[in-house]
Amino acid sequence: MDQFAQQLLNGLFLGSIYALIALGYTMVYGVLRFINFAHGDVFMLGAFSGLYLKKWMEPVLAPLHWSLSLTVILVLSMLICAALGILIEFLAYRPLRNRPRLNVLITAIGVSLLIEYTGQLVFGATQQSFPPLIPANNIALTGGLAVTNTQMIVFVTVVVLLVALRHIVMRTRLGLAMRALSLNPTASALMGVNNSVVISFTFGLGSALAAAGGILYASLYPSVEPFMGIIPGLKAFIAAVLGGIGNIPGAALGGLIIGVTETLVGGYSSTFGLPTGYKDGVAFVILILILLFKPSGLLGKTEREKV
Amino acid sequence: MKRYQAQIALAIALLVSFAVSQFSDQLNDYYLDIFLTTGISIILAVSLNLVNGHTGQFSLGHAGFMAVGAYAAAIVSIQLGPQLQHIFGSGGAGTGAAFLLALLVGGVCAALCGWIVGVPSLRLRGDYLAIVTLGFNEIIRVILQNTKPDSVCGGALGLGGIPAHTSIFWAFGAAAVCIYVVTAMIQSTWGRGFLAVRDDEIAAGSMGINTTRYKVTAFVVGAFFAGIGGGLYAHQKGAINPEGFNFLKSVDVVVMVILGGMGSTVGVVLAAIVLTVLNEYLRDFEQYRMIIFALLLIIMMIARPQGLLPASLFHKKGRTA
Repeated sequence: MDQFAQQLLNGLFLGSIYALIALGYTMVYGVLRFINFAHGDVFMLGAFSGLYLKKWMEPVLAPLHWSLSLTVILVLSMLICAALGILIEFLAYRPLRNRPRLNVLITAIGVSLLIEYTGQLVFGATQQSFPPLIPANNIALTGGLAVTNTQMIVFVTVVVLLVALRHIVMRTRLGLAMRALSLNPTASALMGVNNSVVISFTFGLGSALAAAGGILYASLYPSVEPFMGIIPGLKAFIAAVLGGIGNIPGAALGGLIIGVTETLVGGYSSTFGLPTGYKDGVAFVILILILLFKPSGLLGKTEREKV
Repeated sequence: MKRYQAQIALAIALLVSFAVSQFSDQLNDYYLDIFLTTGISIILAVSLNLVNGHTGQFSLGHAGFMAVGAYAAAIVSIQLGPQLQHIFGSGGAGTGAAFLLALLVGGVCAALCGWIVGVPSLRLRGDYLAIVTLGFNEIIRVILQNTKPDSVCGGALGLGGIPAHTSIFWAFGAAAVCIYVVTAMIQSTWGRGFLAVRDDEIAAGSMGINTTRYKVTAFVVGAFFAGIGGGLYAHQKGAINPEGFNFLKSVDVVVMVILGGMGSTVGVVLAAIVLTVLNEYLRDFEQYRMIIFALLLIIMMIARPQGLLPASLFHKKGRTA
């Protein structure tokens, strides 16, 4: 039982990061109705910018308390990736605004490959170890459970970011514009919403969350490489579909479910005589099941396509 | 005569590839290898074009189907080889028959996988299909990688010692058959349904076309030929491993289809040839190759989404195929 609770807890921490990435997919899908394949690579860039910021800003950051330097690195990486996200949208997706969806999808795959291989050229193909931003420390909980300091910080950061996101989406004018745009682009434009600005803003917001996810993920699993974004990106996408794509609370829920399921399968597969390598396939099985039985996702509304 | 034009062309193509393969001993091994790879690329690109081009779906899992075909065919050749030799005889014709059987088993297994993946996901829109097929590709790779090293699949190290049966006749003969089948399907009255699904799924559905059935058919036929291509690949290289059928292999094929022009068989065949040969010459620039491919995808979509040699180039105005 203890082991089960521990696995559950570990799954929650991993899932909270998936949730963070899934939000970017879901928000972009909400406003543009397309899957931003490059989102997982922005996540990778977030982790790398964290790595390099730590390296380059060492003299400035060294005297600061670790929590302060973590905040500085986190915020700066989020800003860098937000700018990159806006740039990607501007250069690659905006020229295709009214083209068939398939073209945009192919472009997104192209952007994703471009970032990965340029990353390989710039950062090198080998894995680099991610510097510890959070001091290692175990916290014992009641009932024989243990969490690391890192896991705790990751969880707190995710919760703070989610609350901030909810505030932006529900309480600000831009958030209102985002919701209007995802409901009906033409009507929102007629009501005076500058759709292009809102789309850029959405990309920026999603990319910033992905960057935070990248740094937190790299803190939990401290090695970074240019292709690290593919698999977490896909899993987060599946989380977004599971929660109902376009639905913000759904993405968070989906992320947690995927994280927990995956950790449990990883922890118990050896009991059933299966190789642990299968845990990477779990998310895809979930995707196929959800598409079969409830394509609109857990919290999503069914949308009828009209001519 | 005009009625049987396509069939005659197919027969000629088969004869020519058979004749050329008689002289393949004269060829340098290196060039022979490029030739065979080109033939296999044509099969993969044309079969993916049926799904991505003619039917307007978007599959990113072609390498997955290729893997299924390659493994199934290789296992038949390795495990059942002696028995098959016993049945068919050990002469050239016997080996050929055994190889054909292995290829067909590979193709059918891949088609079956295509059906299993396609039926649930093809009821949904294109972007989901892309992810599901990508996921399928990953699942196949994960399963193959996690098999036991002493099992028939060989685990992460893959399979070795596959007899090198693939010759110019087999590679280009299969390519000719593939081109023939895809073209014949598309140009038949029944096959107009594929194009209707691509052009407007909702309109096609309201005209009484069973869109799901057309999509599944395209998917299964595409997977079948991908399996055949995989079988040929396995018997060309002599050794296969799960890593060789990753997502990037699928992307290679997608780039061929997009560059040639989605829905244009001539364009796609040419793109397959050009890209395969280019790949060989760009070996020294391996790290830039994928960057160039990625940029090509983006620029093509912005500047010329119909491809370099679109289907409309080969047909009179007002007709598309």
